[in-house]
Amino acid sequence: MITVNHYMLLSAILFAIGTFGVLTRKNAIVIFMCIEVMLNSVNLTFIALSRHVGNMDGQIFVFFVMTVAAAEAAVGLALMIAFFRNRNSIDVDDFNMLKW
Amino acid sequence: MQAILFYLTAVVAILSAFFVMKCRNPINSALNLVTTFLCLAVFYVMLESPFMAAVQIMVYAGAIMVLIIFVIMLLNLGLTVKTRYTHGLAAGGILSVMVLFVANYFTRAGEATGTGGSVTSELIASYGHTELIGRAMFVDFLLPFEIASILLLVAIVGAVVLSKRKV
Repeated sequence: MITVNHYMLLSAILFAIGTFGVLTRKNAIVIFMCIEVMLNSVNLTFIALSRHVGNMDGQIFVFFVMTVAAAEAAVGLALMIAFFRNRNSIDVDDFNMLKW
Repeated sequence: MQAILFYLTAVVAILSAFFVMKCRNPINSALNLVTTFLCLAVFYVMLESPFMAAVQIMVYAGAIMVLIIFVIMLLNLGLTVKTRYTHGLAAGGILSVMVLFVANYFTRAGEATGTGGSVTSELIASYGHTELIGRAMFVDFLLPFEIASILLLVAIVGAVVLSKRKV
């Protein structure tokens, strides 16, 4: 029988994989995709607990997380295009203009 | 039967999430990310939330992934050059394993309480999941819904302003 704990462990594993990707990759778009993996693992937790508790609120939260992720994708990718135009690279090691 | 489906989909989801992180070509990462999203949609169906599964496929696997792949191809990103980076790799590995252990500890610490809410499987079967979502969103969460629409408007304007060459 699949309980809510199975879903929580699965999303913990996905979240850890996403964290590892964010911390170790250098390509900004891959980092962005790893952040999407982390957001999705949190969505899975929300829906599993919402079904477990018997309440609709968690699924509405997932809806808003998806809205924010879409807005983040639009603005983040526009930032990457603007950065690529200046530096001709999207390696995060080159994102050092604000460094003193 | 449900357990077999769960474990099969979980293995596919974890492997594809791993390859999102591992692949050197960003296009391969993006395709693996689509596989992860589809596996999560399967989980949403198993959790009796078919509307969220449809939204997951349409918004994530459709819109957001098209945007990401479009940008990857627009910037013509090839294989990333592998540089020596062992200390960062070790630190990231340690931190993510710690995240995993803490989550594992709190998940196994006890049973989740607070069960017995009003939304049961019978209610979902009789009303339909979409109607329940719509009622919750347009009655209880009307103000956050309007704020989300303003957020999307701001994101559109921001994306246009940022990607213009000269404002």
